[in-house]
Amino acid sequence: MGLATREAYGEILKELGGKYENIVVLDADLSKSTKTAVFAKAFPQRFFNVGIAEQNLMGVGAGLAAGGKIPFVSTFAMFAAGRAFEQIRNSICYPKLNVKIAATHAGLTVGEDGASHQAIEDISLMRSIPNMTVIVPADAEETRKAITFAAEYDGPVYIRLGRMAVPDLFAADYTFEHGKAVQLADGKDVTIIATGIMVGAANEAAKQLQDAGISARVLNIHTIKPIDKEAIIKAAADTGAIVTCEEHSIIGGLGSAVAEVLVENSPVPMERIGVCDTFGESGIPSALLKKYHLTAEDIAAAAKKVISRKK
Amino acid sequence: MAEKLTQEQVSQLEKYAQSIRYSIVQMVTEAQSGHPGGSLSAADILTTLYFAEMNVNPNDPQAASRDRFVLSKGHAAPVLYATLAEKGFFPKEELLTLRRIDSRLQGHPSMKNLPGIDMSTGSLGQGLSAAAGLALAARLDNSASRVYTVLGDGELEEGMVWEAAMFAAHYKLDNLTAFVDFNGLQIDGPISEVLSPLPIPEKWAAFNWHVIQIDGHDIQAIYDAIQTAKTIKGKPTMIVAQTIKGKGVCEMENIADWHGKAPTRQQCDLFLSQLNELEAQ
Repeated sequence: MGLATREAYGEILKELGGKYENIVVLDADLSKSTKTAVFAKAFPQRFFNVGIAEQNLMGVGAGLAAGGKIPFVSTFAMFAAGRAFEQIRNSICYPKLNVKIAATHAGLTVGEDGASHQAIEDISLMRSIPNMTVIVPADAEETRKAITFAAEYDGPVYIRLGRMAVPDLFAADYTFEHGKAVQLADGKDVTIIATGIMVGAANEAAKQLQDAGISARVLNIHTIKPIDKEAIIKAAADTGAIVTCEEHSIIGGLGSAVAEVLVENSPVPMERIGVCDTFGESGIPSALLKKYHLTAEDIAAAAKKVISRKK
Repeated sequence: MAEKLTQEQVSQLEKYAQSIRYSIVQMVTEAQSGHPGGSLSAADILTTLYFAEMNVNPNDPQAASRDRFVLSKGHAAPVLYATLAEKGFFPKEELLTLRRIDSRLQGHPSMKNLPGIDMSTGSLGQGLSAAAGLALAARLDNSASRVYTVLGDGELEEGMVWEAAMFAAHYKLDNLTAFVDFNGLQIDGPISEVLSPLPIPEKWAAFNWHVIQIDGHDIQAIYDAIQTAKTIKGKPTMIVAQTIKGKGVCEMENIADWHGKAPTRQQCDLFLSQLNELEAQ
């Protein structure tokens, strides 16, 4: 098992803090969980805890950016994208201020805390705001590269991070290209498009399909917005069927973003793996992924179903 | 104690304020949309800031060392636009494009549109947090830049204001000076009846701010309060400025209905003549 993406965030943030003096980090009383405490220890003068006050967290971030700083603000995804939605929209994105929102503990796999803490709408909320870039890294290395990109990019970025450890998918020489999908396996019968912690499950599903004689392409879409239209259109043309996988509601997230591209360009049969318009519940992450049908087996089954719908 | 303004300086500032009020009535009438009441009430505060205190340069509006202003009560955009035009940030004629399509003068201030706007505002409760962030950035840069913001009294009903109040005091942002434009009225009526934020000075004092209470239409008092705020160390300062909604236009004064209503052309002529008379006195 590799690191949780939030762990990788803490490490790279500290490294970037040494490189860029303008980076300032804010947290809302969760610095040990979001891992900004790693930065705080190294650069106490540039770390500010705003307390349990997420609206102010975003507003102060906006002011710091207007004053020429590169603020990284962190809290749980529920409280960032959810509670402070309007502050992100009006104080950060409308004036296109250079604020980086690293939101941790996203999705069902926050686990035992249950539905109140399981952000499964955040991708949907964040991608609907003009000027916002939305990134969902799949593993520790992709997180390091995505955070580095965010530090060097001028404008608001939302980066969705997870609580639990995920397998390493990428080596240290991995290059992150903003808005570009990463092809992990080629195939001709179906394309599995996944984001975040579901990329590992998508790889696993492709192996299962291979054993059943089905050839599946696997695409990792780390940047939900701007989305890689070209890769999606090509996948539709080459394989004629798409399955999307996300640890997020099937409404408004990756599945919706991919569907938008497909219907406007090259409609093909599509199936969406995600949380099906329901709240989650308390439980260990692996049990939750199983109960809410977010496993490699579920993806493989959806792939078979979508292939059967091909004309 | 800093020096007082001379009587001549006060008279000159009063003339600017009057000219700004004139522009507010003109522009809101021309737009047939906007917020005259709370713009007129804040005219003396903005005049004093922009013409007697703040280090800003219309020819270099993005200068890093400039003082910053955040209009947290963003619906009072007309007073900010009129002040910036009076100061020379853009031609006064442009004021008549307020709220029109393709105009730089958006219904609420947009920092990407118009030079001189330091923060986009309009959604109430968000300005003080941004001002605190600007003050913190200035401190990190060891800059002498000071940050000013004006909140509405009704705006104090937003919980986020108090998050920011705690933050600014906790981090001892003494380069931050805020005003409450205390005119006592919000859209639905008197603040004391809608959802009372009273008592206001005591609340800020309890949040560990230095509090000064003044008559928000007394230029000398506004100026003195700003000078005092600059001497306060280790705390942000809140200047609670008692004002009159619609100040300067007697038909508008203290009437909640003028919060967000444009005068008719006929009313406008009358109001402008009143403002002209006042200036002549």
